[in-house]
Amino acid sequence: MNAALRRVAVAALVLFGLLFANVHYVQVLAADRLRHDDRNSRLLAESYAKERGVIVVGTGAIASSVETKDRLKYLRVYAGGRDAGLAASYAPITGYYSLVYGDSGLEDSYDGILSGEDSRLFVRRVTDLITGRQSKGGLIRLTVDPQVQAVAQRALGNRRGAVVALDPRTGAILAMVTSPSYDPNLLASHNPAKIRDAYRRLVDDPARPLRNRATQEVYPPGSTFKIITAAAALESGMQPESLVPCPRELKLPLTRDTVIRNFGGASCEAPQVPLLAAFQKSRNTSFGSLGLSLGGERLREQAERFGFNAEPDFPLPLDRSVVPEGLNQPQSAQSAIGQFDVRATPLQMAMVAAAVANRGTVMRPYVVSSVEAPDLKVLEKAEPERFGDRPAVSERTAAALVAMMEAAVGPGGTGTAAAIPGVRVAGKTGTAQRGEGQLAHAWFVGFAPADAPRIAVAVLIEAGGGVPDATGGRVAAPVAGEVLRAGLAGR
Amino acid sequence: MTATTLDRLPRRASELQLLVVAVLLAMAAYAAVSLAHDERVDGAVLKYGAGLAVLFGLAHLAVRRLAPAADPVLLPLAAALNGLGLAMVRRLDLAAMDTARARGVDAPSALAPRQLLWTAVGTALFVAVLALVRDHRTLDRYRYTAMAAGLALLLLPALPVIGTEINGARIWIRVGSLQFQPAEVAKLCLIVFLASYLVAKREVLSLASRRVAGLNVPRARDLGPVLLAWGASLLVLVREKDLGSSLLFFGLFVVMLYIATERTSWLLIGLGLFSAGTLVAYTLFGHVRERVETWLHPFADAADNGFQLTQALFGMATGGIIGTGLGRGRPDAVPEAETDFIFASLGEELGLVGVVAVLAVFTLIVARGVRVGLGVRDDFGKLLAGGLAFAVALQVFVVVGGVTRLIPLTGVTLPFVSYGGSSLVANYALIALLLRVSDAGRVREASPVVPTGAELTGEMTQVLGR
Repeated sequence: MNAALRRVAVAALVLFGLLFANVHYVQVLAADRLRHDDRNSRLLAESYAKERGVIVVGTGAIASSVETKDRLKYLRVYAGGRDAGLAASYAPITGYYSLVYGDSGLEDSYDGILSGEDSRLFVRRVTDLITGRQSKGGLIRLTVDPQVQAVAQRALGNRRGAVVALDPRTGAILAMVTSPSYDPNLLASHNPAKIRDAYRRLVDDPARPLRNRATQEVYPPGSTFKIITAAAALESGMQPESLVPCPRELKLPLTRDTVIRNFGGASCEAPQVPLLAAFQKSRNTSFGSLGLSLGGERLREQAERFGFNAEPDFPLPLDRSVVPEGLNQPQSAQSAIGQFDVRATPLQMAMVAAAVANRGTVMRPYVVSSVEAPDLKVLEKAEPERFGDRPAVSERTAAALVAMMEAAVGPGGTGTAAAIPGVRVAGKTGTAQRGEGQLAHAWFVGFAPADAPRIAVAVLIEAGGGVPDATGGRVAAPVAGEVLRAGLAGR
Repeated sequence: MTATTLDRLPRRASELQLLVVAVLLAMAAYAAVSLAHDERVDGAVLKYGAGLAVLFGLAHLAVRRLAPAADPVLLPLAAALNGLGLAMVRRLDLAAMDTARARGVDAPSALAPRQLLWTAVGTALFVAVLALVRDHRTLDRYRYTAMAAGLALLLLPALPVIGTEINGARIWIRVGSLQFQPAEVAKLCLIVFLASYLVAKREVLSLASRRVAGLNVPRARDLGPVLLAWGASLLVLVREKDLGSSLLFFGLFVVMLYIATERTSWLLIGLGLFSAGTLVAYTLFGHVRERVETWLHPFADAADNGFQLTQALFGMATGGIIGTGLGRGRPDAVPEAETDFIFASLGEELGLVGVVAVLAVFTLIVARGVRVGLGVRDDFGKLLAGGLAFAVALQVFVVVGGVTRLIPLTGVTLPFVSYGGSSLVANYALIALLLRVSDAGRVREASPVVPTGAELTGEMTQVLGR
């Protein structure tokens, strides 16, 4: 029997060998992958045990962590957890930090810094460990100007839409508002049941408050796209004084009876008008015929130089603004007035205005001005960067566009509601027609002062804010005017 | 008798020293838990240490008196595992209290004091077994009593009224407020029965056979008991949904049959029956399929069926090589962390280093158990010790393999470590039986009274030369 007993002992040893090998696999070889699995609740609990870094705007913290008596030690609060409106205003930028749904916005893209796990904070973590000092996350500072943000929020009100304001010289985002928004405090609580409840309500809301309309939604840009069409025309050698056709109806080739009409069916002063006048009055037939003569490729190329069909490196989720390839003639005509399948985010249209303001050079938009260690030592400072390897338009074209956009806001233009007394404002309205029976989206993009721009803005109000005959000039331009004024006052 | 005296005292002295180490280890673990939780060492650590010292001290005295030549390592190994398990149960108690406080509900009753109480019951049974079974060969006489008791205990939970289904497995009986998992004790009864029965029948089982295709195939009528055991374990599987015990019993049966007969054909027949049984169970029963599915794709259903296993794997992976430290992980994220999944709790907080040590302790227990079997003279003792040792090995393999996703998960406890009275008590009895057999082997091999063969003389020389 001893021989069999020995063999059984060897078999038992083999079984234990398998166990040794397998624990080695789980705890060493596969450990990294398993440990960082999203469903591993431990890492989250660990991250709550440490004070998460603050997100600073102006001189205050818009997101910070407060100590609680809970099992999860720190609670993430937005706007101090007291001002739901303010928290919601910054929600498209900060995002949320949720026990159940993970994180979004900058909470997600800067998680390494905020949680203190970033390699640049490594030495500090080690010294914290040695000295027994409570380890903390790093800090991020936003480019947002709280005054401009507040004005933009108030001016937009509870209408569905978005406002983006940029410093055209740098690309720094001065305001980014989306409406409706949500209070991220609801998702950052320590009560999973309440979080799930709040989240479900937000997801089920047909107004989609979790979507950042400034960056994550694309809209037909309507007449604001005429800036790009005009840019292409000017780059092709035209002057603001060059005459362009302005028929009452522009019949599109290759189609049976599709025509482009001017807004409200208006007819022009003459069969041919200067480009500047066509721009000022936003003549669809003129720009439609420019689209025909320039062709789809030229339009697309010009739009791409402003940032379309690309995804700039940006810490918030972006939807790509599009001018499709392979446009035929009628499609080019419609695209030239910002219809057909041309789509843009409000951020993209703000970049277009900013590029014109910045003498033709597009700056890469950014929202984080600096990243700092808990002791405020600067780890990374944002350097303004050009977007793309060449300017969107030449300085000459940019100057012509400035003049045309100033005319559009000046007397006789479509955007007079954006005017500010004593300040030269440049801009372009847009009223993007949609399907039959749907209210048009109202747009305004512009900048001020026209001679030395310090702020560029894009305003989008979905379905004109519910006003039946709303236009960009009537609905969006006043909002832009207020934001521009706020931007100039503080800067 | 000089050899015996020379041999006896150092063995018991080593046992005492090792027990002191085991108690210190348990206290250190307990202190680490309270330090992590309250940033100071709870005074209760002394209470627990004293409690364990008294219990293990009494057990040691009993061994000194009742089985003086017994193996000196087995009891300390069991004590070390018991102490470590106790610290982990205490650690999970603290987590449960914190969770309850955070939710504003009453804390569940603490398990650690109960586990200490069960340790007392276990050591009492340990002493009782040593006292009542003065010679393991007397057990040979209770062959059919053991079988009847074993089968009855095994099938008890299947009965209405007293049988209770918890977490989908009907492996508990409830009498009044007391719950008991009889399979743990049934295991011991059946090992005793098998050792006795197989030794009696080994001639027949190993010799009466025909050669078919190069294999010695036993006669059809000798297959009877094998089929009976197979049927009983299938019944356990089907009626009580207890995959773990089913696997354990059948594996144990086949291995003991093999040790008794030294015939490979029995192993192959056993393996064949096992495969057929599992295949049938897989096709017929949803809960078996579910287990296999969870084993193959735990991450596909990580929120529901795969939750326990995936959380255990995440925990062990988070622990990594050196672990989070006792009291500093989140083992309570795994359901049943204090019973079937306690190995994952250890993996998370003590790391690979810790679980390798725990597995090494089990390896030592199995190795010492096998040595007891090799050392004893009588066949019944050999088979009994071999069966007991392999029972521990198989149980550890089944539970640790299940928790670490080596094999499908089947709910059995980790001997001495898991929370649970039945398991602890039965395993102390198991160690007592091993010590009893070991003492017999030692006394006889060291005693010059019955030197009958050359082999004995050889072993004696070996002992003396140590």
